[in-house]
Amino acid sequence: MKFEKRTPRFEKRTPELRLKLEGWRSRLVLVLAIGGFAVLLGRAFYLQALDHGFLQAKGEARYTRVIELPASRGPVKDRNGQLLAVSTAVESIWAIPDELDDVQDAKLRALAAALGENAAGIRQKIANKDRQFVYLKRQISPDQAAKVMALHVPGVFQQREFRRYYPAGEVMAHVVGFTGIEDNGQEGIELAAQRRLAGTPGSRKVIKDRRGRVVEDVESLRPPRDGQDVTLAIDQRLQFLAHRELRTAVETNHAKGGSAVIVDARTGEVLALVNQPDYNPNNRAMVTGRQTRNRSVTDVFEPGSTLKPFTIAAALDDGLVKPDTIIQTAPGKLTIGRATISDAHAHGALTVAQVIQKSSNIGTAKIQLMMPAKRMGTVYEELGFGAPPHTGFPGEARGLLRPWAHWRPIEQATMAYGQGIAVSLLQVARAYTVFTNGGVLLPLSLLRQDAPAIGKRIYSAETVVQVDRMMEMAVGREGTAPLAQVPGYRVAGKTGTAYKAERGGYDVHRYVASFVGFAPVSDPRFIVAVMLDEPSAGKHFGGDVSAPVFASVMGAALRMMSVPPDAPQTFNVQAGRAGSEG
Amino acid sequence: MLRVNILLLVLVVGCALGVITSQHQARKLFVELENEQDTAKKIAEEWTQLQLEQSTWATNKRVAAIAQSQLGMRLPDPSTTTVLTMEGAQP
Repeated sequence: MKFEKRTPRFEKRTPELRLKLEGWRSRLVLVLAIGGFAVLLGRAFYLQALDHGFLQAKGEARYTRVIELPASRGPVKDRNGQLLAVSTAVESIWAIPDELDDVQDAKLRALAAALGENAAGIRQKIANKDRQFVYLKRQISPDQAAKVMALHVPGVFQQREFRRYYPAGEVMAHVVGFTGIEDNGQEGIELAAQRRLAGTPGSRKVIKDRRGRVVEDVESLRPPRDGQDVTLAIDQRLQFLAHRELRTAVETNHAKGGSAVIVDARTGEVLALVNQPDYNPNNRAMVTGRQTRNRSVTDVFEPGSTLKPFTIAAALDDGLVKPDTIIQTAPGKLTIGRATISDAHAHGALTVAQVIQKSSNIGTAKIQLMMPAKRMGTVYEELGFGAPPHTGFPGEARGLLRPWAHWRPIEQATMAYGQGIAVSLLQVARAYTVFTNGGVLLPLSLLRQDAPAIGKRIYSAETVVQVDRMMEMAVGREGTAPLAQVPGYRVAGKTGTAYKAERGGYDVHRYVASFVGFAPVSDPRFIVAVMLDEPSAGKHFGGDVSAPVFASVMGAALRMMSVPPDAPQTFNVQAGRAGSEG
Repeated sequence: MLRVNILLLVLVVGCALGVITSQHQARKLFVELENEQDTAKKIAEEWTQLQLEQSTWATNKRVAAIAQSQLGMRLPDPSTTTVLTMEGAQP
């Protein structure tokens, strides 16, 4: 074939090109093309020069990462810095079920063995393929986690968490409480001091390289803040002592429960606070509310005769009686209105001091009735009965104190010996600070105090000296609680044996036996309050059941703190015969 | 003119290489710093764990049990106790 004509082939095939077109059409296309480029340029200029942040952010998102920085929960310590609760790092192992699909059986078994689980359990956990996240095992030690991760099972990951440990276990359980799995306080100090203890996790922005290493710090968005320490007033050694003695007493007396409190007589700090039954905060699988309750704070009981000294002190303060004023308590019964109150043993004529020593209900009731209801009601209120003691502990009981304006004479009389009024053991222990501080009531504190507490005067100093002397007689040979004696020290205290209030009446076979006292009398250091709930091994008087607990706890505390004996001559003195009434 | 340009070009390239090297060095050092910080964190964790272990070994319960059963220790009897007072001090 030859090329004769130079006519392009396409002109032959596309006759449209031979058409004569109007000139404006090509110009229009040109304008449109230029316009398009102008828009593009404008946009590019806008992105590069005016709104450069957007693209930069997009770029950064490709290589920067925000890392969460975990913060640990603060430790709880006792007054000497002993650890009571501490968080340590643990690992949780989790998996994406879908990715574990084609893992061989042998490997799965090895994984299960490393986790300390059986293979069937693991297989069940990863059975649901729709889930993107399933915990294989939570909170294992970092060593164990390292072994698990060394298996390199695809789809298995680890995650850092903190676990709370309580080295003191059941001894401190009621005071310190515990946290839930999300590290939130649920009981005790862990709950009360949640805001102080909890750390705030932080975060920072970094540049990561291809291998996932952090190569540059971009900025710290929020520094992590670890939780702060909480230092309790509790002394772990005293706490241990009290715990041991209380548990022995609850067991030997077949009691339903019990509580004991040691308060620093000078500062109002709570040095020990124990309850039975208890629980192990490190292993709470079988724990019931009966065990976790901090009875000395949350439970109220009718205190019985431990309240008698407050009535006597008020009467002495008002000048109504003197320690040697004679009160007739014969014949051991007293009828007020339609009700009759009685003493466990008829005593005849007693001095006011003997009323405390022998714990005469009638004697105290008679003295109580010398005063108007308003006077005693105000004293009880000022002593903190019927109001929470404000130690900051969760669930503090207020107790039950009926307003004095509505008291009937019989109520006022029974209240003198602690029936018809309900208090917590902590409230009683606090009220006794008036007898160790020359009549000044101290606030209680669960946290260690560095500044002296500011108290409130309730009684005059002279009155308190007289009442202290009476309470010292109560633990003497002729008193109700000779078993409360501590060799070498002058001890004062008061027993309490009260019927348990039951649906509008009293159950005369169920008792609460208590003893509250302090030592050494010449310069009190400790107040110890003991309460046993329903002792049922034959003895039920406070002087028989609770006083020995008091004596062993107080004796050990005085020795431990090297308190100089204020009555060395009483060494070798044997305890006298058991007292008559609580 | 050309010579100056070439000189400037060489300088610019040199500077660029310098920037790259120092950036690399900085990142390497930073990785090292991160590692050291990780080690510090690990040591701190070990410290809490050791503290925990120590307080577990030293619980009063365990000490009391060992003192009584293994070492045969007991509280001194009041009859075997003598109270010493400093001269002139009140007992």
